[in-house]
Amino acid sequence: MKSLFLAGCATLALCAGAASADVVRVGIAAEPYPPFAAPDAAGNWVGWEIEIIGAVCAAAELDCELTPTAWDGIIPALVSGRIDTIMASMSITEDRLQTIDFSDPYYNTPTVIVGQRDMEMDATPEGLAGMVLGVQVSTIHQTYAQTYFEAGSELRTYQTQDEANQDLASGRIDATQADSLAMDDFLNTDAGACCELKGTVAMDEAILGSGVGAGVRKGDDALREALNAGIAAIIADGTYDEITARYFATSIYGQ
Amino acid sequence: MRDFWQPHRIGLIALALGLCVWAALTMRWDWIPRYAGLGLEGLWRTLWLLGLSLVIGFAMALPLGLAQAAGPVWLAAPARWFCTVIRGTPLLLQIWLIYFGLGSLFPQFPAIRQSELWPYLRQAWPYALLALSLSYAGYEGEVMRGAFKSVPHGQLEAARAFGLGRFAVFRRIWLPQALARALPTLGGETVLQLKATPLVATITVIEIYSVASRVRQDTFIIYEPLLLLALVYMAIAGAIALGFRWLERRFTPGLG
Amino acid sequence: MLDWLYSLWPGLETSVTLLSLEPPGWGGNLLRGAMNSLIIALGAFALGCLIGIGGALGKLGGGPVTRDLLAVYTTVVRAVPELILILILYYAGTDLLNQALRAFGYRPVEISGLAAGIGVLGVVQGAYATEVLRGAIQSVPRGQLEAARAYGMTRFQTFRRVTAPAMLPLALPGLSNLWLIATKDTALLAIVGFSELTLETRQAAGSTRAYFTFFLAAGALYLIMTLVSGRIFGWIEARFRRGQAGARA
Repeated sequence: MKSLFLAGCATLALCAGAASADVVRVGIAAEPYPPFAAPDAAGNWVGWEIEIIGAVCAAAELDCELTPTAWDGIIPALVSGRIDTIMASMSITEDRLQTIDFSDPYYNTPTVIVGQRDMEMDATPEGLAGMVLGVQVSTIHQTYAQTYFEAGSELRTYQTQDEANQDLASGRIDATQADSLAMDDFLNTDAGACCELKGTVAMDEAILGSGVGAGVRKGDDALREALNAGIAAIIADGTYDEITARYFATSIYGQ
Repeated sequence: MRDFWQPHRIGLIALALGLCVWAALTMRWDWIPRYAGLGLEGLWRTLWLLGLSLVIGFAMALPLGLAQAAGPVWLAAPARWFCTVIRGTPLLLQIWLIYFGLGSLFPQFPAIRQSELWPYLRQAWPYALLALSLSYAGYEGEVMRGAFKSVPHGQLEAARAFGLGRFAVFRRIWLPQALARALPTLGGETVLQLKATPLVATITVIEIYSVASRVRQDTFIIYEPLLLLALVYMAIAGAIALGFRWLERRFTPGLG
Repeated sequence: MLDWLYSLWPGLETSVTLLSLEPPGWGGNLLRGAMNSLIIALGAFALGCLIGIGGALGKLGGGPVTRDLLAVYTTVVRAVPELILILILYYAGTDLLNQALRAFGYRPVEISGLAAGIGVLGVVQGAYATEVLRGAIQSVPRGQLEAARAYGMTRFQTFRRVTAPAMLPLALPGLSNLWLIATKDTALLAIVGFSELTLETRQAAGSTRAYFTFFLAAGALYLIMTLVSGRIFGWIEARFRRGQAGARA
């Protein structure tokens, strides 16, 4: 009996293996989020944010390892030490700051409502009254929609923005609230022909936050400083603009 | 019942109670009042999804089992294939195939949006119900096949000899005996079906599991909602087990 | 070669392209995912069997406290949805393990997603395996064990030489069922973001919007896995049953 338990422990220990402490595990969302981060047909992650992660890590001389993690549980994964930083288009909000810290922002884009072409609506609670609105789970969009739109509209929460877009194309939902650049990408596809931009939602900085930053554990100041230095460095030497120009027509750094 | 109160067990129960008190005092439960209403709605949706899928699934399982146990080949083969496919693939994949797969066909057929079914097709629960029912039908079809086959053939022949019609034999001899034999297995399978219901949260159905996820997102409290949820499921599973034990006592007297 | 088929069924050509093994097809990703699923299922099944043997022996021969604790373990695991157990164990498991290691003065370890997936599913499998193996061990005739003791075998020898070989044919149907559950339960790890077959499928489907094609293809892969392993278990069962015709009364 004892030997069996020991064997079990040995198996676990073998599997676990202590990884070297120097590798920074960068948590990205395991769900595709084009054009920022999505796997390609060869199994590699590509996108604007993936390139930015590479550039920041190179500039900060960090040995980074991409670690796809379920978006829904990415903050618990950071807190429990499964990953060391989150770079997954996560907006810096007061709510999240209570649990984790953030680096300086590295991009900031408006939040928009995209809806069916043949329906009249705008990005206000009145304009969306009676509509079915889809949002991605655990996002600022979900919090925002719960705060402003839940009273008058029906909310559906999706695990990925792709799935919300898919239901928008199939007509199951009337509109979705999401990041403007991600929606631009969708509207340019065949499936996006169903829909159009209906407007930008009113700003609420407490919920929508002040741009996207890299999340780190509270108190992990060394990593936060290193990431800040890396972000500053790639902005200063033009790498940031060079990468951005390959994906977007305009600057996305914000003010 | 006297056997239950052994000294070590009293110690263990005291320890468990101590753990509960410790959890109640040190963990965060202040979110419960705020989400109680949502939670009850979610619980209700879990329960009716479970109940309805059990009824529909079992109604499909009877012919599936019968076809495999006694049907002609052209009925038995498709029934066997249906059960194999359902039992051989993960339910999560089936749910996604039914919801997103069917959904991806809608844009190609604009007529669907004009149809009278559209208000239902727009919502998520019909797909969840369909997927759960098909899954239960697949597993129980297999169980019923075994149950139908295990009823001794002599009994059926004797009933025929008494001049009962085919349908009467089925209704009064074959079905009751097969059901009695299948009951213990069905009880276990029903608990498995309960454990499968949270998967429909991934296609936007708001049941008890997705309410717990929402608490986690809103408050960043990770473990407490999950622990409470585990307790809720254990309570429902316990109720199901008790219910089946009552059914077994009532309907299987004298069956070894 | 397939042109006439393509002309009959216009969507087929796109599907074939999407599923081909080389980019731009996503078939390679699906196969990699299927491989990961298999590895996790194998690991979880092995771990589950180990826990199951310990649990079954504990339930049959352990002290009263061991028995009650094991009863709590099997009851809880079999009543709570796997999804919730996975979430609790996946996040809390690492935390608790490292706190325990720290408390005993060891360095905390980093648990890879693979190890965590195997560990979590293994704990779930262990509860079911405990029940399967307990039933099988109980049905080994007592006389055989008493005979072994009379020959002077130690408890371990008795288990290795008498109990284990005698109970295995009885446990195999239950174990083969558990293996099927293990392969299917790996799909749940998609929800915690582990890149096994279901998550790879979801990524491919989301990126190409060919939901039907990819979910059907993944279903076929799972079906192949379960059918082939069903065959293998059938063969093993037949082998172990040899000379034990009367073992299953």
